[in-house]
Amino acid sequence: MAHAAAAVAADDHGQTNTGISNWKLGFWAFIASECLFFGTLISVYMVYKGAAITGPYPNEIFDVLKTTVSTTILLFSSLAMVLALDQVIKANKKKAILWLAAVILMGAAFLVMEYTSYLKYISYGLTLGSSTFGSSYYVLTGTHKLHVVIGMIWMATLIWLIARDRIPPHKSETVEIAGLYWHFVDIIWIVIFTLVYLIQ
Amino acid sequence: MSSVGTVTPDVHHTSHEEDTGLWSWITTVDHKRIAIMYFVTATVFFFVGGFEALLIRIQLMNPEQNLISPELYNQLFTMHGTTMIFLVAMPMAVAFFNYVVPLQIGARDVAFPRLNALSYWIFLFGGIYLNASFFVGAAPNASWVGYATLTLPEFSPGRNVDFWFIGLSILGVASIVGGVNFITTIINMRAPGMKMMRMPLFTWMTLVTSFLLITAIPVIGVALVFLGFDRLFGTVFFNPAGGGDPVLWQHLFWIFGHPEVYILILPAFGVISDVIPAFSKKPLFGYPIVVYAGILIGFIGWGVWSHHMFTVGLGPIADSFFVAATMIIAIPTGVKIFNWIATMWGGSLQFTTAMLFCVGLVAVFTVGGLSGIMHASAPVNLQQHDSYFVVAHFHYVIVGGAMMGLWAGLYYWFPKVCGRYLDETLGKWHFWTTMIGFNLTFFPMHFSGLFGMPRRIFTYSADLNVDIYNQLSTVGAFIFGLSAIIMTWNLIRSWRSGEPAPANPWGAPHLEWSIPSPPHHYNFPGIPEVRSREPLWDPKERADIEAVTMAEPEREPIMPNPSWVPICLAAAITLAWALVMTGVWWIIILGMLPVLFFTFLWAFEPAFPEGH
Repeated sequence: MAHAAAAVAADDHGQTNTGISNWKLGFWAFIASECLFFGTLISVYMVYKGAAITGPYPNEIFDVLKTTVSTTILLFSSLAMVLALDQVIKANKKKAILWLAAVILMGAAFLVMEYTSYLKYISYGLTLGSSTFGSSYYVLTGTHKLHVVIGMIWMATLIWLIARDRIPPHKSETVEIAGLYWHFVDIIWIVIFTLVYLIQ
Repeated sequence: MSSVGTVTPDVHHTSHEEDTGLWSWITTVDHKRIAIMYFVTATVFFFVGGFEALLIRIQLMNPEQNLISPELYNQLFTMHGTTMIFLVAMPMAVAFFNYVVPLQIGARDVAFPRLNALSYWIFLFGGIYLNASFFVGAAPNASWVGYATLTLPEFSPGRNVDFWFIGLSILGVASIVGGVNFITTIINMRAPGMKMMRMPLFTWMTLVTSFLLITAIPVIGVALVFLGFDRLFGTVFFNPAGGGDPVLWQHLFWIFGHPEVYILILPAFGVISDVIPAFSKKPLFGYPIVVYAGILIGFIGWGVWSHHMFTVGLGPIADSFFVAATMIIAIPTGVKIFNWIATMWGGSLQFTTAMLFCVGLVAVFTVGGLSGIMHASAPVNLQQHDSYFVVAHFHYVIVGGAMMGLWAGLYYWFPKVCGRYLDETLGKWHFWTTMIGFNLTFFPMHFSGLFGMPRRIFTYSADLNVDIYNQLSTVGAFIFGLSAIIMTWNLIRSWRSGEPAPANPWGAPHLEWSIPSPPHHYNFPGIPEVRSREPLWDPKERADIEAVTMAEPEREPIMPNPSWVPICLAAAITLAWALVMTGVWWIIILGMLPVLFFTFLWAFEPAFPEGH
């Protein structure tokens, strides 16, 4: 009887929270907010698509092949992120640090490639103020790069914490949430890559 | 940090006295103290915004006056609108979210107490930053909607608009952080048995509002980023000379702006949905319908923004869609009105001040709703756009709706906050001066507007024949101002020496009334179990709950550590944004370093006492 009552109470409590931690739930809410942020940036790019009154125009300057390479690197960084989390859960400190370092390196490679592309576009005459295409392209992709940089700082912090044994397996959620962020930044890039580079 | 549910249930070994010094307020992470700070700050800004309104009314009392220069007038009406919306109505509602929601759901605090403190300090610093513009003679002057191209450097060369877009960006950060916090708190931290469909309506509307906050604020965030880039870095988002489209600003602003209207009104709807049943001694009529109507308003609120833009000329198809959507959103709102009336129907009504404000809201808000439906029609709208008719309309819904609802909540929850009643005699003076002053100010504006008096112009011609309406409005505004002074006097007097109030002074049904007034800093000695929607109205359930909530705990529950990091991080965020004004890349990047520094301090600071 007492057992049954306890079971009922437990069941009741199950309906008054989601069973996932506050941090993770809060972070999902934050990502929802970020979706609207990027959603607006992407929408404005799409609204202004083909509306630039002066060149250069997208089809004249975009190097789809090069961007495909940088995109692939960024996507593989997500794989490294997953493996890093797996190693944290398995309490394998060295491998966890290695995979997180790989995430940072791939993020850096992505940023360097994109930066050289920026320089090339600028040399073609595409600047922040040259046209609505320039404005919406640079602010959209620039915002994304800022997110990548923040993610890299976050990963570096995690490496430091893991090295000092401050993320034991039962605290792996710290890494998991950083992973949520990183995957989100990647997914946004897939959308940008498709809408901005592939469908010109 | 414990994994799920309420704040960690471990208990402290020594009972400690609560600090009350200034430092304890600066470092507090207690949702109740943060609520009080929100309320006091918003009230101060209410007086600032009210003072601006009185100056406007003095200038408009007679035609062709020159008491205030057109330049100053532009700053006054811009800052009046911006202040009342972002620094009064929104944070005042957040004050109530903070105080009431954890108590209503049986939680010891919100999900992220330090983030909660961060929200408050960002709001305070953002508000100070925005108003500091007056002291350098460059207060925002392009109206609270800041339409491009007026806001571009060519037409607004001063720093005025920079203060505006940066100030709103800072405040936006506070809103998103707050929204995330309350969503997590409400979804994840309810007491056992408090299913979603047993939550009090105020908690429900806080949830809907929080979702609107985290989804609507990013949109204006992007719009403000574009505006900043256009002003400081030469982009052409809104600049027609470079191929940009000024109408894009209007779309982005109102895609945020219309959900914002519901961010303002839904908390008030939540308040009166709790207050009316308490003073009718009847459960809320059609509880699920009121909940669903609130959710529906939240959804449809996203699909009506272009009704602010009928004069732009978007074409008959777009206009028709937004006319229809706007009229549809009147339905769930009307449903709520009927539910409140049906709740009162046949109840044993007690007309306390709180109840009077509820009834006042139902009456006055309905007037505003009706004028809203009038200009929902595009052809009619063309006549009324940018006239004082619109000014009348939105004051009826924001003051008559949002603010009156919050004042109802003030009289209702004040005894819980400090264990004393607000004085009922002064309260009735407050209510009646509000009703008379408010209606005398804004009802005549329907007429001055329809006779052709435009908004946002520092004076008007005597030929318009609207002198009498403006004089009535000015007299009304001063009576309304008097009501604010009465309210403040009542607050100060009752805080010090009001009549002591018991735990449940109104015989109300929800959990916040099951604990002592004022509550312990840990709210609930033990977490009660809820079995129904009106737990305290069932004698058996009430006895079970109070056995837990009124008990003296042997050892005090562990509460989060106080922290000085939130105020520092908030200052760093404000500074970083303020430096954007320089328009110099390296200064802006340097400005981000303190943010990074305090973020690290934050991350490595233990949230709970050692060993927990």
